[in-house]
Amino acid sequence: MLDLSTQYLGFELKNPLIASASPITNSLDGIKRLEDNGISAVILHSLFEEQINYEMRELDHFLYVNNETYAEATDYFPTDLEFENIDADNYLKDIEKIKRETNIPIIASLNGVSSGGWVKYASKLQGAGADALELNITYIPTDENVEGSVIEQMYIDTVKLVKESVSLPLNLKMNSYFSNTTNMAKRFVEAGVDGLTLFDNPVSVDIDLDNLTSVQKANITSSKSLSESLRWCGILFKKFDCSLCVNTGVHTGEDVLKAIMSGADTVSLASVLLLKGEKELQNILFTIQNWMEEHEYSSIEQMKGSISLHHCDNPSAYERGSYMSALKSFRVDSTFRRL
Amino acid sequence: MEKSFKTVDGNEAVALVAHKINEVIAIYPITPSSPMGELSDLYSSKKEKNIFGTVPEVYEMQSEGGASGAVHGSLQAGSLTTTFTASQGLLLMIPNMYKIAGELTPTVFHVAARSLAAQGLSIFGDHQDVMGVRQAGFALMASNSVQEAHDFALISQAASLNSRIPFLHFFDGFRTSHEVSKIEVLDQDILKSMIDTSLVEAHRNRAMTPDRPILRGTSQNPDVYFQGRESVNRYYQEVPRILQEQMDKFAALTGRVYNLFDYVGAEDAEHIIVLMGSGAEAVDESVEYLSSKGEKVGAIKVRLALPFAIEAFIEALPKTVKAIAVLDRTKESGSIGEPLYHDVVSALFESQKSLPFAMPKIIGGRYGISSKEFTPAMIKSIFDELSKDLPKNHFTIGIEDDITNTSLEYDKNFILQKDEQFEAVFYGLGSDGTVGANKNSIKIIGTETDNYAQGYFVYDSKKSGSMTTSHLRFGPKPIKATYLIQKADFVAVHQAVFLEKLDLLEIAKDEAVFLLNTPYSKDEVWDRLPRVTQERIIEKRLKFYAIDAYSVAKKSNMGARINTVMQTCFFAISGILPKDEAIEKIKSTIKKTYGKKGDAIVQMNFNAVDNSLDNLYEIDVPSTVTSTQELIPVLKGDLSEFADKVIKKITEYKGDEVKVSQMPDDGTWPTGTTQYEKRNIAHEVPLWDSETCIQCNKCVSVCPHSVIRSKVCDITLLENAPKSFTYKKAKGKIFGENDVFNISVALEDCTGCALCVEVCPAKNKSQTNLKAINMTPQLPIKEEGIELWDYFLTLPNVNRDILDHSNMKESQFLEPLFEFSGACPGCGETPYVKLTSQLFGDRMIIANATGCSSIYGGNLPTTPWKKDQNGRGPTWSNSLFEDNAEFGLGFRLAIDSHKDRAQTLLENLSGSLDTTLVDELKNNEQLNETQINKQRELVVKLKETLSAKGSDEVKELIELADYLVKKSVWIMGGDGWAYDIGYGGLDHVLASGKNVNILVLDTQVYSNTGGQQSKATMTGAVAKFAAGGKAAMPKDLASMAINYENVYVAKVSLGANDKATTKAFIEAESYNGPSIIIAYSHCVAHGYDLRYGMEQQKKAVDSGLWPIFRFDPRLREDGKNPLILDYKKPSIDVKDFMYNETRFKMVEKMDKDEAEEFLQTARHTASNLYKRYTNLQNQFKNEE
Repeated sequence: MLDLSTQYLGFELKNPLIASASPITNSLDGIKRLEDNGISAVILHSLFEEQINYEMRELDHFLYVNNETYAEATDYFPTDLEFENIDADNYLKDIEKIKRETNIPIIASLNGVSSGGWVKYASKLQGAGADALELNITYIPTDENVEGSVIEQMYIDTVKLVKESVSLPLNLKMNSYFSNTTNMAKRFVEAGVDGLTLFDNPVSVDIDLDNLTSVQKANITSSKSLSESLRWCGILFKKFDCSLCVNTGVHTGEDVLKAIMSGADTVSLASVLLLKGEKELQNILFTIQNWMEEHEYSSIEQMKGSISLHHCDNPSAYERGSYMSALKSFRVDSTFRRL
Repeated sequence: MEKSFKTVDGNEAVALVAHKINEVIAIYPITPSSPMGELSDLYSSKKEKNIFGTVPEVYEMQSEGGASGAVHGSLQAGSLTTTFTASQGLLLMIPNMYKIAGELTPTVFHVAARSLAAQGLSIFGDHQDVMGVRQAGFALMASNSVQEAHDFALISQAASLNSRIPFLHFFDGFRTSHEVSKIEVLDQDILKSMIDTSLVEAHRNRAMTPDRPILRGTSQNPDVYFQGRESVNRYYQEVPRILQEQMDKFAALTGRVYNLFDYVGAEDAEHIIVLMGSGAEAVDESVEYLSSKGEKVGAIKVRLALPFAIEAFIEALPKTVKAIAVLDRTKESGSIGEPLYHDVVSALFESQKSLPFAMPKIIGGRYGISSKEFTPAMIKSIFDELSKDLPKNHFTIGIEDDITNTSLEYDKNFILQKDEQFEAVFYGLGSDGTVGANKNSIKIIGTETDNYAQGYFVYDSKKSGSMTTSHLRFGPKPIKATYLIQKADFVAVHQAVFLEKLDLLEIAKDEAVFLLNTPYSKDEVWDRLPRVTQERIIEKRLKFYAIDAYSVAKKSNMGARINTVMQTCFFAISGILPKDEAIEKIKSTIKKTYGKKGDAIVQMNFNAVDNSLDNLYEIDVPSTVTSTQELIPVLKGDLSEFADKVIKKITEYKGDEVKVSQMPDDGTWPTGTTQYEKRNIAHEVPLWDSETCIQCNKCVSVCPHSVIRSKVCDITLLENAPKSFTYKKAKGKIFGENDVFNISVALEDCTGCALCVEVCPAKNKSQTNLKAINMTPQLPIKEEGIELWDYFLTLPNVNRDILDHSNMKESQFLEPLFEFSGACPGCGETPYVKLTSQLFGDRMIIANATGCSSIYGGNLPTTPWKKDQNGRGPTWSNSLFEDNAEFGLGFRLAIDSHKDRAQTLLENLSGSLDTTLVDELKNNEQLNETQINKQRELVVKLKETLSAKGSDEVKELIELADYLVKKSVWIMGGDGWAYDIGYGGLDHVLASGKNVNILVLDTQVYSNTGGQQSKATMTGAVAKFAAGGKAAMPKDLASMAINYENVYVAKVSLGANDKATTKAFIEAESYNGPSIIIAYSHCVAHGYDLRYGMEQQKKAVDSGLWPIFRFDPRLREDGKNPLILDYKKPSIDVKDFMYNETRFKMVEKMDKDEAEEFLQTARHTASNLYKRYTNLQNQFKNEE
């Protein structure tokens, strides 16, 4: 009997497949479908403090802005309405409902902007029954006068702040833009995170030539995007006392196996589920099981980190040496030829 | 028992009681009574129960006629039922009022008494409506104050149940309905004590039920009807006794004593004023003052106007009475006097043998019509008149009647000294939050101190950039001053720009406090003031404070919302409350007010409070005036005498000074006067970039205020153009090599909505954030902009004959004959109205239903409809709300009759006329403008020919010849009219086959009265009476009209398809039969920034929720498919349209599951509509 279970953020998960935030995890129905098809945990869509604040102000503004201008219409909407979903209330209610109706760990995700907001919403998410909390700290610096170290410290301070306000396991979705990812991982773990996800997959920027505008769209990945996560997972495995999750570019059972071998406790899936539907989870699990049986692996734990910097027979593959061999095998592909 | 106080307005005071003692409430919104229905709906939506333990059913009907029918039915079926209404609404209830009274049915109609539409409409207060229903059989009971409105709402119900006579409880529209006042509220126990359950039971036992079948509503014949009418006399005779009993019972419960007639004044008073309504409070206050000075004056406040209790009235008069002035707040043209006067005269005459005093002199007078101010000075003048040997009878007070000399003179400087009362006046901009903040301040003072408080708010006649004036009074005694503040202890000007045109400090008392919101620093403020303002400050020794409220608001993340900032300043410097205590109260009110909207909003306001205190400073006032800046005239340009003498006065807020002789006696008003009123209300205005422009004219077409115009002319005409006048070679086959194109902006008339910028499809190639038209601050370009606009106006218009009017781009070179209206910034209706004026303005006659379009189209002082250079233009009138289609059909009938007569005369006279001319006149089909112009030329020729001849028929033909030229009848209004109150008439006109054009400006909500749902309201939209989002489907008016098969029907959206829209207007007008265009109109009641209005219109269409199409019966006659769909299968999800608008999105903030259901319903609707119209199209296709 194959043992697909894995330890993650202190939970024993039945397999390493978790769903990252996507439109599917926005609804209870979607989450149930994921559960039915074998997902072991779910990360909810992110609660954006900025969005909450914006929507509060938007509502307040438009309920008020045209009032008291004309004697016949001193307002345009019913007054004194009872609002419920003003301050993330629906998100919190959803957590409670999802928790009641599913049997898998539910990880809430938070994207704050102010120190007050991080603490307030982290506590609310804990109160609503989330099993763990993922912090989504994405800061795109546009001010040339802000030193990198200041931004790094801001990230660390946020982690500390949240850690102090909640007792939930804390996962951090990292980005790959730090000068020294390993150092940042160390500092995050010291600040209190229990797990790191590699990496954040921000929306992509594009230009719409018809309308001459810049546009943002969801970044749908493919297996080709897996490489960076594999590298850093392999480097970080066993370095610190924290769980690791590979996030970007996991589309197939093979991708999952690679992620586990480079040291991931779990993989989180979004693009593949959007492209192929929840049922693809069964194919992925089937591929994993087949491969493990074929190669006589008995458990996930057995292969975890087996090809990491820590255990690899060729550590240089993760370091500068691998650069040379990569160059040697480089070939001009069709994209470059066209240019 | 501990007294409980609340600070509320008259409408709320009534609703608080009416909702508690009724089971069914059927209403229809009408100013100023609408809030009573809205509040009742709110209470019921919160499941608040009445004293019988049920939640009252509140139902919005399609008209007041409908509401009264529903009330009648509900009463007959045994429920305690009420309604709220006013003005024309009450008149529409008359038929049912007769029925209700005739059947001896207890009920109370609560009426915020309002003027009736006569020579003009007025939303303001007087008793014309109430006096217009005297004959219907209801008892009439008047409240004079907010407290009384609260109390009498209960007493009238108790008396009605006891007497079985229905009551009409009324109070003055606006003065009482909208006055915010601190009142003692009635608790549940008192309500229960006053409503006798056995009487409720008796009412239920009289109900129609199959379990105890009875029959009512019989048809009676000459033998018995008369007797039947007389059978009720004894019930009416009992009313005074019953009411007094209930008043006494009420007094025992509350300590507030009321009588059928309450006397106030000197015990030995000789001169008495008799009146009812809010004016009685001002008289009470004046009598108290005058009698304290030894004057023998008094007043009778009439509580029960009908049935008039003669004995009680005589009893109430002091025995020393020598002269009585009876004041009526109504006008009955042709009558000897008004109703109360008649009743008093009759009462005294009928009692003359038993009077306990000699027959006094009695005079009657009119006052306060349409909320005309009624002040102590006027009251004193009436008392002075009474002391004359021959006082003027049938007088008026408050106006100068220089034609029939009815008016009494009064000393405008006579003002009551009220040392204990603090009076404050605030001038704000509509929507800057001033009024809201003041309402809050009154509540703070009313709730948190022992003071009595009163607030009254005056709005001006424009929906954009309007000035609001708040009048606040506080003091240790109940406040009886039911008139505007005449001298203020505190004056706040929340917009410094007002001072440029108006002398706002005239109202300040000596040593009053003056607070100014100004963008200038402490050192600069003084020098930036106009001369007159400086003079006032110095001569009155004002304490002058200033703050840059916009900066403080911005710093506090409040945007342009300065309410909290200015409120904080008021409390900080007025001394009403100790400063710290006041700040604490403001903060706790903020928490209460904004708590439901989230912490961030609360914190933002807290920050604003703290930042305000840090930025408020006192200005050292120099001893001499330094400014040379004079006030800017409110109207500019070559004014007619009427504009100069009348319109200008009204614009200066001095309309009260206009004399009777100066007012048009039949309501006729000149068109085209908005052009003089350079309002300069936009901080930012559009600036054209000729380089980037692609000459599509979209900005011109969407501009709601017609401030963006384009012209094409020969370059040689531009020799004297100002240097900065830019242009580019004109595109288009119709233009010549030397023709150049220019877009100009009337930046003094712009409201800054930015619709033009969003609709502009051209982008600057190097900076894609810029378009061919961009918003820029007005001030730096103002002078140059004015010069450019004035120059632009001197350029010739493009020749209409060369333009293809059905082409959207070319149609926009046509001169708009509708400009600079008072519509909201970004209005979605006016672009259609303007388009109509461009296409057909010179031959248009418009019937306009009451609503937004009648307000921005015809609210005084200035009018947007104008003439073209030939002196022709739209002629416009508003009849009523409910009858507009019929009104317009009447135009058609009259025009056709004139035309038929002219044709007959032409035929009769043809023997003596040039045959070719006659034939040409008869045979010209006038299918397009060229043919119409040809017809005009022929008519000119005809008249020339005729002028030499002299028979009666010739004279008549000269008179009527212009009717040989086609006239374009337009019937315009909103969805409230077309879908609801006017639908019966609209349907009838559609079925008439007559050549009229109906334009429905469909905002899917009652916009003008503040956002009540209509049958056009989309599913899922929040509106008043649909507080949780409207559950029902909107009516598909278009498909109902298509069913007639001989009606031209178009559903259009300018933002989605401007080409189809333009075509629809041309097709509709050219169709020789009824046409209807239903035009999607975005609106402030949708809750989003209207600069995106056109984008949202497109999304509404793309989502499938607003299908656009044209149904042209002519095509069918030609064997073609008459239905042209101008949109494709829904291409975006409904959510992408709906959730950009607060009206839909807020449901998600109230009930997420419900919101999801609404979205699903909307998705089905969108797809069903597409199926419906494609199926219909296929059906027609099969006929081909």
